[in-house]
Amino acid sequence: MKKKSFAETIKSQWQYYAMLLPGVVITFIFCYIPLYGVIIAFEDYNVSAGFSSPWVGLKNFTYLFSQPTFVRTIWNTLFISVWKLALGVVVPVTFAILLNEMRSNKLKRFYQTLIYIPNFLSWIIMAGVLMDILASDGAINMILHSLGFESVNFLGSASVFPWTMIISDIWKGFGYGTVVYLAALTGIDPGLYESAYMDGATRWQQIVKITIPLLMPTIILMTILSLGNVLNAGFDQIYNMYSPAVWETGDIIDTYVYRLGIVQAQYAVGAAVGLFKSLISAVLVIVSYVLADKLAGYRIL
Amino acid sequence: MEKKKITVFDIILAVGLGVVCITCILPFIHLLAVSFSSSAAVSAGKVGFLPVEFTMASYEYVISGGRFLRAMTISVERVFWGTLLNLALMVLTAYPLSKDELLGRKFFVAFFFITMLIGGGMIPTYLLVSKLGLKDTIWALILPGAMPVYNMIILMNFVRGLPHEIEEAAWIDGANAFQTLVLVIFPLLGPSLATVGLFSMVNHWNDWFNGMIYMSEPLNYPLQTYLQTLLVDFEQLLQSSSSTGDIQAILSKMSARTGRAAQLFLGALPIMMVYPFLQKYFTKGLTIGSVKG
Repeated sequence: MKKKSFAETIKSQWQYYAMLLPGVVITFIFCYIPLYGVIIAFEDYNVSAGFSSPWVGLKNFTYLFSQPTFVRTIWNTLFISVWKLALGVVVPVTFAILLNEMRSNKLKRFYQTLIYIPNFLSWIIMAGVLMDILASDGAINMILHSLGFESVNFLGSASVFPWTMIISDIWKGFGYGTVVYLAALTGIDPGLYESAYMDGATRWQQIVKITIPLLMPTIILMTILSLGNVLNAGFDQIYNMYSPAVWETGDIIDTYVYRLGIVQAQYAVGAAVGLFKSLISAVLVIVSYVLADKLAGYRIL
Repeated sequence: MEKKKITVFDIILAVGLGVVCITCILPFIHLLAVSFSSSAAVSAGKVGFLPVEFTMASYEYVISGGRFLRAMTISVERVFWGTLLNLALMVLTAYPLSKDELLGRKFFVAFFFITMLIGGGMIPTYLLVSKLGLKDTIWALILPGAMPVYNMIILMNFVRGLPHEIEEAAWIDGANAFQTLVLVIFPLLGPSLATVGLFSMVNHWNDWFNGMIYMSEPLNYPLQTYLQTLLVDFEQLLQSSSSTGDIQAILSKMSARTGRAAQLFLGALPIMMVYPFLQKYFTKGLTIGSVKG
């Protein structure tokens, strides 16, 4: 077959381009045009002047970093998300290994079904449920009382609030991780366990010497892929459960941007925070994809 | 090999894990029990996992109040059109991008992939949607996320994994690209389409934030956004709505807590109903996603 010329190729492929067109247009409008919008982060933006508002350089950024309330949100974000990331690996891995040790497959599947449910419910539903059971007269405090403990102000105390967020996030999400790790575990050759059993290895030894090493690639992959989310401490979750009383420890970058940018309509400063976060996140995501490729041989493209 | 004996350890393991797993859904059972109990029993702290002084008052309120049903209708509409648009755009984009011979394929793949790495952020997107005049229309909830790039790439990898011979047969029969896509490729997408489709449905159903920032009129809120307002000020809403006689009788038997519980439960119900499919396809989807292109 003779090689087609450029014009001929285009002509023969026009239907493919026609298919691409709607997706390209939508993506251009809603993903690329907002990129142009980040210039307002360098402007003294006002709605009537629009994008041609006066240019102020880095003033919005220097203003932000001079605000203790903003610097605080960076630490809060990191504290909450790093704990979520760490426990988000440890808890599902442990749970998957324990589930895998169970003899009854039926029970195993039933347990999996139960823990996977909260993963699909919105944070609105979850927040409603949590606010009900964590209230001062809610179910958890009733139980604490009857056991003779002091009641805990889960959502209103600044020292407890971040932990309430971390633990409830793990509660909502660990079923997903468990399913991922269990899928990896079913890929392990049962012969390995049988020969270990023949050689007199205890169950504990089998877990440490066989299960965990063979699970390691999946653990590394899942950890790396979650790195890109370090600056996302969970807006949906925190916004729906926090209050000014816990801003000191519970206010994160995203809730700050929302209050400043949308509620108070300080668009320029809000966009500046957004840009700051977006740049760091982009670097983290790229690094995590490179690492995933190098260390775990995982490529999305 | 002889069958291993069931040991004490096995029993402790099964019971221990069982307790943890049950704990995962006990709060929802409690919520359900609260929604069917009288306000007096709830405030006295008598309700555990079964309704006390059974009443449907909270559900009667939901039906008579109207706000819930209206928000639900908006959500159903949004899920329907939003998912349909997501699927159409994903399939239309994924198919040509799966073709190695497509001129400029690398450019287009990069064009989409870059949006996963950088975005304008909350504020510029908000300003754009406002400028386009989409606020207070259902389009503000559907268009900005109309192209789920990650799921499109999953679909693209899936199509690339299909054998070429199938398409070639269609081409020999004289089918053009559109006909091949609709008649040959589309029916083969089955499980992967179900996976990304369910993902879209759940996302559209669960989203509350776009409803909050793009709808200035609370009557236009989708369900989850409406439920979000209940978390904040349902008490006030109840007090202000106690005018007519019928409602009065219902309100005497319910409280903000039971009413909220009923509506949260109804808001979670559709997810519970598609949950068996979610479980099936999401576990499958985990493996589809890692197919190397």
